[in-house]
Amino acid sequence: MRQLLLRALRAGVPLLRAASASPGKCPPPQLLGRPGLSLSRAGPSAAPVPHPLLPAGRARPSHSEPWGRDGRRGEEEEEEELWHQLYPGHIPTSPLQKALLATGSAVMALCDPYRHDMVAVLGETTGCLALPNLRDKMKNHPEGYRILQERPRIRLSTLDMDRLQGLPDGTLGREYVRFLEDNKVSPDTRMPPKFVDNEELAYVIQRYREVHDLMHTLLGMPTNMLGEVVVKWFEAVQTGLPMCVLGAAFGPVRLSTRKLQVLATELVPWAIRSGLNASCVLNIYYEQRWEQPVESLREELGIFPPPAVRV
Amino acid sequence: MHFGFQSVTEEERREKIYQVFESVAKKYDVMNDSMTLGIHRVWKDILVHKMNPCPGTLLLDVAGGTGDIAFRFINYVRSVRQRQLQRKLKHHQNLSWQEIFENYQKDKFNSLGNSQVVVCDINREMLKVGKQKAQHLGYSEGLSWVLGNAEELPFDDDMFDVYTIAFGIRNVTRIDLALQEAYRVLKPGGRFLCLEFSHVSNPLLSRLYDLYSFQVIPVLGEVIAGDWKSYQYLVESIRRFPPQEELKAMIEDAGFFKVDYENLNFGIVAIHSGFKL
Repeated sequence: MRQLLLRALRAGVPLLRAASASPGKCPPPQLLGRPGLSLSRAGPSAAPVPHPLLPAGRARPSHSEPWGRDGRRGEEEEEEELWHQLYPGHIPTSPLQKALLATGSAVMALCDPYRHDMVAVLGETTGCLALPNLRDKMKNHPEGYRILQERPRIRLSTLDMDRLQGLPDGTLGREYVRFLEDNKVSPDTRMPPKFVDNEELAYVIQRYREVHDLMHTLLGMPTNMLGEVVVKWFEAVQTGLPMCVLGAAFGPVRLSTRKLQVLATELVPWAIRSGLNASCVLNIYYEQRWEQPVESLREELGIFPPPAVRV
Repeated sequence: MHFGFQSVTEEERREKIYQVFESVAKKYDVMNDSMTLGIHRVWKDILVHKMNPCPGTLLLDVAGGTGDIAFRFINYVRSVRQRQLQRKLKHHQNLSWQEIFENYQKDKFNSLGNSQVVVCDINREMLKVGKQKAQHLGYSEGLSWVLGNAEELPFDDDMFDVYTIAFGIRNVTRIDLALQEAYRVLKPGGRFLCLEFSHVSNPLLSRLYDLYSFQVIPVLGEVIAGDWKSYQYLVESIRRFPPQEELKAMIEDAGFFKVDYENLNFGIVAIHSGFKL
């Protein structure tokens, strides 16, 4: 707790010192020797100093000691650990920043549904309880555990599109490629996580995002607003991520009455039932199941056949 | 060399800053309004009022990107010119309608009184946004857009009456060179004006300001512009910039006289002024 408080105040304390010290590495020649101006710092070094408290092999710091250079390193070294970049693209944030990000991104996502990055940010900043749950579910399942170890990624560069297209109709691989083509989407447009402060959980959320398109395929839902809402209901039940819950609750706001009716009477009850009945969808190593027919995978997971409505 | 709180070489710094402004260009104005709650407009108005240009002034606005200072300058000069014309007409008594008509005709094509502003910026994207804005708002007369580096201006010596740089000098890699260039291109008697974020000395306000800058601004950047890192750079670069007295000394070193500064909002922003004599 104290660490968290210190982190929140961290912004204030060192900056006062930084602001009063002289700037940069190359002060203009005219300033040297000027009476009354103390150049107490020699200037930042070009390469980041290896941190004595970090075990070797931990990710490198993103800021090179901006503060604490005046000999006050001791008290701030422990906090610096939490402020280092844990994975590429990681932006360490304080609890206050996370709260602001969560509210801001929620508002922005509602105002402009095309801001997918805002939906992603909302998921990351509110997932602090649901993500560890998901990770534990994966750890306790043999296939999920293997996924956590091997860390597969679904990207155009790792998928063999030709092979998948060549698979017989009805198989996961063929239907997935068909889904990508019909809806003109690509697995490479998923945002990498930025605000998750744990490297493993960052992978879990990344996996969840990359598997989202496969959810569409398994549930047979297109990428229009109605289809997305249905998938969100399913995911909300499955993962418990607040972002999915919010998306499921507020997504229908933009739908017409007719679609709302279909949603409420047929699609949502089916999605909830399937979500509750199915085992954790993140525990399937999809990359090794391309040849499996979609029907068989649905049965294995416990997803009920989709209702016969046009979405 | 510093890029916010990171250490980089001079070349890297120039490139990183170019990329920052390339990515923020489209949302620059929206972000300015949301970060400063619209107060940046007042700061820029104060700068132009301090300048108090009269018709016929030739202004160079460096790092003028989206044209905020240039448009304000044009508005100011236009209104001063209007008043000049009205005063002139009042002095003529018993004019016939024909003569009044001719007077207006003659001066209509001179609504700016030969004043001109040259907007110079190193970043193509920012200039593009500025040009679009000018077209959208209907500014065409007396305005030109030049791609150039503040450390090496593409202009002759002794050309301009006023040189302004608003929220731009912080991003220049060699501030001393920019100041020397400013001195070079100004006419004798010309004025140097710099509007920039500066140092807040009041300790309580300083802590609140820091809290706001570091906690809220990058979040605003992420939510509104989808770009956390550029706005993190912004607040870090403000902290790295020399405070008021140091900047004053640097301006004096470039050769300017009667150098002075005025704090706005307790030092959050400061306007430095100097004359080439």
